[in-house]
Amino acid sequence: MRVRRAGDAALLVETGDPHRLDAAVRAAGLPGVVDVVPGERTVLITTDGDPGRLADRVAALEPPPRTAADAPPVEVPVVYDGADLAEVAELTGLSPDEVAERHSAAEYTVAYLGFSPGFGYLTGLPNELRVPRRATPRTSVPAGSVAVAGPYAAVYPSASPGGWRLLGRTGLALWDVTRDPPSLLRPGTRVRFVREAR
Amino acid sequence: MSGDGPVQEALDLAGEAVLEVVRPGPLATVQDLGRPGLAHLGVPGSGAADAPALRLANRLAGNPEDAAGLELTFGGAALRFRRAAWAAATGAPAPVSVDGRAAPFNAPFRVPAGGLVEVGAPARGVRTYVAVRGGLTPEPVLGSRSADLLSGLGPPPLAAGDAVPLGPVTGPGLALEPLRVDVAPVPEPPAEPRLRVLPGPRDDWFAAGALAALTSAVYTVADASNRVGVRFDGPPLDRVRDGELPSEGMVTGALQVPPDGRPILFLADHPTTGGYPVIAVVTTADIPVAAQLRPGTKVRFTTHPR
Repeated sequence: MRVRRAGDAALLVETGDPHRLDAAVRAAGLPGVVDVVPGERTVLITTDGDPGRLADRVAALEPPPRTAADAPPVEVPVVYDGADLAEVAELTGLSPDEVAERHSAAEYTVAYLGFSPGFGYLTGLPNELRVPRRATPRTSVPAGSVAVAGPYAAVYPSASPGGWRLLGRTGLALWDVTRDPPSLLRPGTRVRFVREAR
Repeated sequence: MSGDGPVQEALDLAGEAVLEVVRPGPLATVQDLGRPGLAHLGVPGSGAADAPALRLANRLAGNPEDAAGLELTFGGAALRFRRAAWAAATGAPAPVSVDGRAAPFNAPFRVPAGGLVEVGAPARGVRTYVAVRGGLTPEPVLGSRSADLLSGLGPPPLAAGDAVPLGPVTGPGLALEPLRVDVAPVPEPPAEPRLRVLPGPRDDWFAAGALAALTSAVYTVADASNRVGVRFDGPPLDRVRDGELPSEGMVTGALQVPPDGRPILFLADHPTTGGYPVIAVVTTADIPVAAQLRPGTKVRFTTHPR
């Protein structure tokens, strides 16, 4: 673990297990902590207090026994009729049906969120389904679009521009500002895609 | 005539508790202190770009510091008060008038029921704040009334004809009691601003001379600046490491450097995570200065001892 400063009000902690450090920081209830933001290999901790003292406390943390990864996976029902399904099949040398089968057979973990509220970057995508983003992003991708790009899978939580390849759609609301918490996904959440008939 | 007797005040307060936007100017949004604590869900902090200016406006208007007010970008707004109220304007200094008569800046002023408040173009700075006693009370989203222009959370930017609800003025008999606050002494935004920075967290992704270049050259604020970030033109900051940085959390004040080498300084509506390395972070104290930088302004960055 290496603790870097990110200005005078935040620490950027490099760690092999961001989700466990995230859980440890939250469980410890450290004074002055504002935001705890896991990244791919880091946890950003912002503070309204003294970052030096916080750095000492973070370095002394014991990881808690349980994390979100120990909870049962969120099941996302998917109809595989996405606009890019045929193209992804072509790029991967698989049939559209095989793309859907392999995508729904894997188990995923939310590495971190970003891009838009509730947008989780899911690791666990089978290697053979790795395809680059579209050369030209769409100006609007509908909410609930199930997509892949590079090593990640995702579900668009709300309508937004986007360049990921669309495999299908879900009716599950991943983001709802009237719900607490508003996001179905958080860092460390496990996810399964469940294939549905159209 | 706007009488000051109790009968007149009762009539004033009976007016509809809304602020009518006659003209929003180039960009007018509702802002409070934002949505801290939700960044791990991809929710930007948002809130007033120049938070100390909003806090001051609220104090002057007799509100809690976290009440929602207006953030005007380059002024140019006209607001009709349906109810009498105390108000205050802070931030980028702009001419303010009530029914055509000059009103003070950085000080409370009274608006009669039906009064028209006009805010002209600021001579310096970008964002002028207007707080109204009782606060603006559009429906909060995730605990905040701030308009987040990156994610679209909160009330959309104001348009002519919008009616923004005002909160109740609490305390019997205190409603329109004159506020006992002196004019707040506020320095003008500097003509040649210096922003103090702390190196890192990814200064090791840059060439040895990059930090020195950042802190010795003059950078010019580019037109494409907004609530997400301030863009700069100037000597590009060269990287020594290729490829993408694994995405990591981003802070307000971060100087993120995309492949073209020109830094972007993150403001209130910045994305929560990003993959471009951050060479340095502007100190918390200087973020309000950054939030008031106009396109074309020449800026120097200086290293701040830790």
